[in-house]
Amino acid sequence: MASVAIFDYGAGNIFSLKNSLEKVGATVDVITTFDNENKYSGLLLPGVGNFDPAMNSIRNFSKIQFKEYVGDTPVLGICLGMEMFFEKSEEGKEKGLNVIDGEVIILSSSMKIPHMGWNNLEIKKPGKILEGVENGSWAYFVHSYRVKPTSNDVITAESDYGIKVPAVVEQDNFYGTQFHPEKSSTVGKIMLENFLKECKK
Amino acid sequence: MTLTKRIIPCLDVKNGRVVKGLNFESIKDAGDPVELAEKYSNEGADELVFLDITASNEQRKTIKNLVRNVASVIDIPFTVGGGVKSLEDARNILLNGADKVGINTGAIKNPKVITELMELFGRQCVVVAIDAKRNYNVDEKKNIFTKDNKQFWFEVFIYGGKEGTGIDVIDWVKDAEKLGAGEILLTSIDKDGTKDGYDILLTRTVVDSVSIPVIASGGCGKPDDMIDIFKESNVDAALAASIFHYETHGVNGVKSYLKDNKIPVRL
Repeated sequence: MASVAIFDYGAGNIFSLKNSLEKVGATVDVITTFDNENKYSGLLLPGVGNFDPAMNSIRNFSKIQFKEYVGDTPVLGICLGMEMFFEKSEEGKEKGLNVIDGEVIILSSSMKIPHMGWNNLEIKKPGKILEGVENGSWAYFVHSYRVKPTSNDVITAESDYGIKVPAVVEQDNFYGTQFHPEKSSTVGKIMLENFLKECKK
Repeated sequence: MTLTKRIIPCLDVKNGRVVKGLNFESIKDAGDPVELAEKYSNEGADELVFLDITASNEQRKTIKNLVRNVASVIDIPFTVGGGVKSLEDARNILLNGADKVGINTGAIKNPKVITELMELFGRQCVVVAIDAKRNYNVDEKKNIFTKDNKQFWFEVFIYGGKEGTGIDVIDWVKDAEKLGAGEILLTSIDKDGTKDGYDILLTRTVVDSVSIPVIASGGCGKPDDMIDIFKESNVDAALAASIFHYETHGVNGVKSYLKDNKIPVRL
């Protein structure tokens, strides 16, 4: 059984994510600081909140910094959590975690913002999180910003919202989904299981 | 493929039970909210909305346990509204497992709560619910519409549709968007309970006034009403209650019918 931690920025719906992870067999702790020893086989950055307050909660309340705490532990960033992997975001002024090169920009103004609802995943290449997920599967999105990685190689799936929106990214031990797997029914469950498999390795 | 239209069953909750008006009769018990949530979720509902229908009048808080129990059984998004007045009310709902909070009377009384919510939880959590009713006392400062030689404007009502505010719906949705709303849940009081179809004029006008998603509500009596509202407006989602209570129109059945009629839905 994988033991994982969800980092709580203090403003999110942690309950659903915790519940979904427990349903697929994980033991879940909720943490608010990196100052205690990392005894977990996986870390999740949840998907609800605002860029600056979330970054501040990660950076300002711990003496130990994110990268140092995480090391090679698999990290799943969901929505905002994935956006924080990058260098900066148009949503805020704070610097991101900077573990994947690139930035976060607002969605195309020709479309309704937020992009809210069920959209198809267009799988670009095999990825650990996407194992067993069929091309065209439905995922639940709710976001106003999208990531723009410096290298497209990190993008494993996209979604079409006027423009191609990176939906899943993977680099080293960092996995990100722009949609919410915990709200994406059966398909989301498969992806959470895939993440837990990485945590057990 | 692109974003689909969302079909959203609405569950009106009173004293912890789902209630419905059946054939215009008085409110009847329609079951356990958690069981119904699970049933709709399994049938392919895209989201769920829970409204504590008595909350605004009786100043009651939405039940924390209900939110928790629902969040434990479903893996699709859900919104909880009814009686939300403060940041603390909203927090109570969101931290217990709801994805979005619906705020209606509370937003009219204290519009800055929309901004506070947006800043803390993100825009996507903030659903501004608006109950709209045609007002035939024409005032030139309002957005005037004419139908069947009658002039009217759409007025915002609060306290569960019982009290007019004198505020124009079109002005209010624009303000709500600026203040930080992530979505509008638009209910036509004129159409609600009629099973006569959504208010197309109202819905279309609101959709064209904002750039955030809009959910149409009030008046759905059959799947064709959903087809009409999706074809006649650029609305993002259709909410309905009564049609899903009859076995003949399960959520999946409704969505299959929509798909057959070229409405993009998740199946």
